[in-house]
Amino acid sequence: MEKALSDETGILRIAPSRGWVALKLKEMWGYRELLYFLTWRDVKVRYKQTVLGAAWAIIQPFFTMVVFSLFFGRLAKMPSEGIPYPLFSYSALVPWTFFANGLNTGSNSLVSGSNLLQKIYFPRLIMPLATVFSGIVDFLLALAVLFAMMFYYGLTGTVNVVWLPCFLLLAFITSLGVALWLSAMNVQFRDVKYVIPFLTQIWLFATPIAYPSTLLHGVWRTLYGLNPMVGVVEGFRWALLGTNTAPGPMIIVSAAAALVLAVTGAFYFRRMEKTFADVV
Amino acid sequence: MADIVINTNSIGKKYFIGEKLDGYKTLRETLTGVFSSPLKKAAKILRGRAEGASGLERAIWALKDVSFKVGQGEIVGIIGKNGSGKSTLLKILSRITEPTEGEILIKGRVGSLLEVGTGFHPELTGRENIYLNGAILGMKRKEISLKFDEIVAFSEVDEFIDTPVKRYSSGMYLRLAFAVAAHLDPEILLIDEVLAVGDARFQEKCLNKMNDIGKQGRTVIFVSHHMPAVMRLCDRSILIENGKLMDDGPSTRVVSSYLNASCGNMPEREWLDMSEAPGGDIVRLRAIRVITEDGQVSGTFDIGKTVGVELEYQVLKGGHILLPVLHFYNDEDILAFESNDIDPAWRRKQRPAGLWKSTVWIPGNFMSEGTIFITPAMVTLDPVNGQFHERKVVSFRVIENRKLDSARGDWPGKISSVVRPMLKWTTSFGPVNPQGRGVLNASGMQYGSGKNL
Repeated sequence: MEKALSDETGILRIAPSRGWVALKLKEMWGYRELLYFLTWRDVKVRYKQTVLGAAWAIIQPFFTMVVFSLFFGRLAKMPSEGIPYPLFSYSALVPWTFFANGLNTGSNSLVSGSNLLQKIYFPRLIMPLATVFSGIVDFLLALAVLFAMMFYYGLTGTVNVVWLPCFLLLAFITSLGVALWLSAMNVQFRDVKYVIPFLTQIWLFATPIAYPSTLLHGVWRTLYGLNPMVGVVEGFRWALLGTNTAPGPMIIVSAAAALVLAVTGAFYFRRMEKTFADVV
Repeated sequence: MADIVINTNSIGKKYFIGEKLDGYKTLRETLTGVFSSPLKKAAKILRGRAEGASGLERAIWALKDVSFKVGQGEIVGIIGKNGSGKSTLLKILSRITEPTEGEILIKGRVGSLLEVGTGFHPELTGRENIYLNGAILGMKRKEISLKFDEIVAFSEVDEFIDTPVKRYSSGMYLRLAFAVAAHLDPEILLIDEVLAVGDARFQEKCLNKMNDIGKQGRTVIFVSHHMPAVMRLCDRSILIENGKLMDDGPSTRVVSSYLNASCGNMPEREWLDMSEAPGGDIVRLRAIRVITEDGQVSGTFDIGKTVGVELEYQVLKGGHILLPVLHFYNDEDILAFESNDIDPAWRRKQRPAGLWKSTVWIPGNFMSEGTIFITPAMVTLDPVNGQFHERKVVSFRVIENRKLDSARGDWPGKISSVVRPMLKWTTSFGPVNPQGRGVLNASGMQYGSGKNL
């Protein structure tokens, strides 16, 4: 006897979708092991064929710090809120590097993983998510150097350091948000590839890395928080170095901006998702 | 009939092939376009090109109105030419791409295998790739750990399991990749042409593994244009042509109709104009047909079936002794066998003028799998004179359905002999006598030296 398939639970329905679609976070949870393996692959592969290996995670922010210290610290005599300038800039470069690398690799994740896209199904959101996640290992290595530098300069740190993960999360959400937008666009418009370096460069100077955000005052400073990385950088300095930039209205603006970026990015991504395998 | 686990309903898939109908634009037009309509461009980015530019780009339907149902435990082959839409169908079933219209309902955990080694990374070791590839194919980490030893054993690369796969030979790479895939056990398995890779021995191993999967009662959809594999694995086949479902039914029928239509098998040839027909003043060939036992022209035969070859010829001048001859070549152009007319009725007898027909019957279980080409010839005797000799004018295909008994016996591997006759075997068993010779020696039939193997 033939039993017809009805629309009951446990049945997968494949049909064309129109317009905006649900994020299906529950399904993503079912694929958490894949997320883990893709992240792990990214981490492993990144350093397998490099001579200096994991040292790259440190070299990148560290030498930027050296350059900044020479030009902005020594020559331009940029104020640094009483913190030694190298430490001042490096404490911002650590989360910044995490953000910028996540943005870069995340935005290219779909194009570079096009083979996977065309050969197997899984929630596509996992791809940019895994690449941004994998940057956390680099971040931790760079952070260890930051602690070593604090020790060298005789800074003991503050109890506020327990808030550090929150700021990392904020950097993560911001990076992911941009990566979701750009990776989905990158599939159809390869122009994105040229936009990324340009965007990161501008964003670097729009973020108080070489200079303190205290140069701005009052409502302007709060509005400055619309760039979520402002909140991240100032949060890092406050939590680690005890600068006078305790989270205030600005961090709320930053968090809100990051969330809007990530949520809209996720919906945009999901909307474009159905065309990925066909056009990539 | 079993429960339906896949129900596809009027599936269609439209692709934009990106070719604009208004031809090329000049650079100036493109530039003014960019500057004059930034809002339109932004809207286009948000909506995506597929919707934004429809109407301008040419669309083709890769699939249209495809509906079928698959029951629990069925093994269904999807066949068709390259570009017929069969791979698109598989991509839709495995959710890689969305259909443009229609609906599919699937019940059960689906695993898809569109290529072996998806996501393999050359820098990672065999061990690492097993985990990565397993996860990509939808296995749980625990599951992979449990099956790890089995996978390594199947792949035969255990020595190199901690070597990066970029140092593997292509054979090792494929074996490892297939080993992971073979240990995937979803309730519904979708497979595309993964057998198109590797050497014959490896393909054989894959086929056998897939046969096992089928026997475990899992539902399998197998997309291929390798007909022998489809015949072997699938009881039922679906033929897709130009994006449409053309036939759905028992593999034997669907595969033969597909082969007849597409592979250029010509089981029949007729010469209507006598002046064009092969031959001369004495005799001319009018037609040659490959027929079934019922007299129907057919281009595909199961290996167990009798094949008839019918020669129709016009004797123009009576009084000659004729000898019809047929040569049978296989796909490697080897003369597999030849046959001369030995019908006693007209053997060595002078034939009067008129229309004649001679038919030869090739028993089932005699030819090997593959395509057979027939060269008909006619000889007059006393003295011997060739009248016509037409090289390979008709052909037919011998296919093997492994569900039926054949000369293959229980051997699962490749058989490469030119013919494959069903021969009689007898077996005896007896104790070994003190001289170390088998007792069968007495009857004059001795197999081997009598040593116990």
